[in-house]
Amino acid sequence: MTERYIARSTAIAARMLGGEMMVMSAVDSTFFTLNEVATAIWQAADGHTPLSEIVARNICAQFDVEPEVARRDADQFVDALAQHGILLVSDHPLENPPVEAA
Amino acid sequence: MRQSHDIAVDIGGMPILLRTQDPSFRQLLARRYEGFVDATSAPRFTFDVNLVTPTPEMESEEGVRVEMRNGEWHLHRGDFRAQWNPRAGQGSIRQSANPYSIDSVLRIVHTLILAKEGGFLLHAASAIRRGRAVLFSGVSGAGKTTISRLAPREATLLTDEVSYVRRVREEYQACGTPFAGELARVGENCSAPISTLYLLAKGPENKVESVSAADAVGCLLRNILFFAEDAELVKLVFRSACEFVDRVPVRRLTFVPDQRVWDLIR
Repeated sequence: MTERYIARSTAIAARMLGGEMMVMSAVDSTFFTLNEVATAIWQAADGHTPLSEIVARNICAQFDVEPEVARRDADQFVDALAQHGILLVSDHPLENPPVEAA
Repeated sequence: MRQSHDIAVDIGGMPILLRTQDPSFRQLLARRYEGFVDATSAPRFTFDVNLVTPTPEMESEEGVRVEMRNGEWHLHRGDFRAQWNPRAGQGSIRQSANPYSIDSVLRIVHTLILAKEGGFLLHAASAIRRGRAVLFSGVSGAGKTTISRLAPREATLLTDEVSYVRRVREEYQACGTPFAGELARVGENCSAPISTLYLLAKGPENKVESVSAADAVGCLLRNILFFAEDAELVKLVFRSACEFVDRVPVRRLTFVPDQRVWDLIR
């Protein structure tokens, strides 16, 4: 499987409130509330850690979930946020990714 | 030299001077904004209102567009064109002699001012009771006008349609507005600290329920008036919504349309 690298866009606003991570696209005003697993991926999206490593280290080691299921869910989550420009996705590490504070 | 006829409209403690050369239009504005005309405070901003003869194009259904270009806001809709330089405090409006266009311009200008100051205009009814303001937010048909009609006599109605939420240090205040809904009654020009925001829903019984922070922010964002397609402003509005929810209790209020619902309002 091709490796994927993800980074948070700067064209967003994000805030943790009441234990929930909320993210809003500054481009199309789409609003997302992230669950615990999605928040873990979001916070680890630094542009140079492979998604597979994020899933293994931040999801499988922390939550009771099968690796294949976790990877499939992570891919779906990443695709959904990438569609709205909230996450940047690449098949190679992103140099100096424009990371917004989580 | 033509004489100008000025009128300062003070909404939310933000006097805006409207300058027209038509005395009858000034009179129309004085009637429209009765209770919100301020002859004493120094205006923060001044708009020259240039009246034109209505054309068929001005009756089009063209939606509102708000853009920042070269330090100036440009406001467009079928029935008006306006520009405003916030730094200079000056602007101009081109419209026909009707109160609806200038009403829209004022709403947009206030959303832009408030966004920079941590506040917002909200689709919500609001009222002051026992010295504290309560807000009832919801889309059209959610019950804003109904709950305003049911308000007890001692409550002071601020608006049944568009609430003015201002941040003052760590506190949020609701201010009266002249922006009325179906009640067709201008609000009282006064303000009070906000105690609670209720998200309205009509239902088979009266009940108040807690709401998660994410639901509260999501509902708030859906009901904040916002016109500008500007990424930095979107971020400011998001931040304002989060900070409001962090400081002001938000509850879901389901109600049947009778006065007993006000017994639940704290």
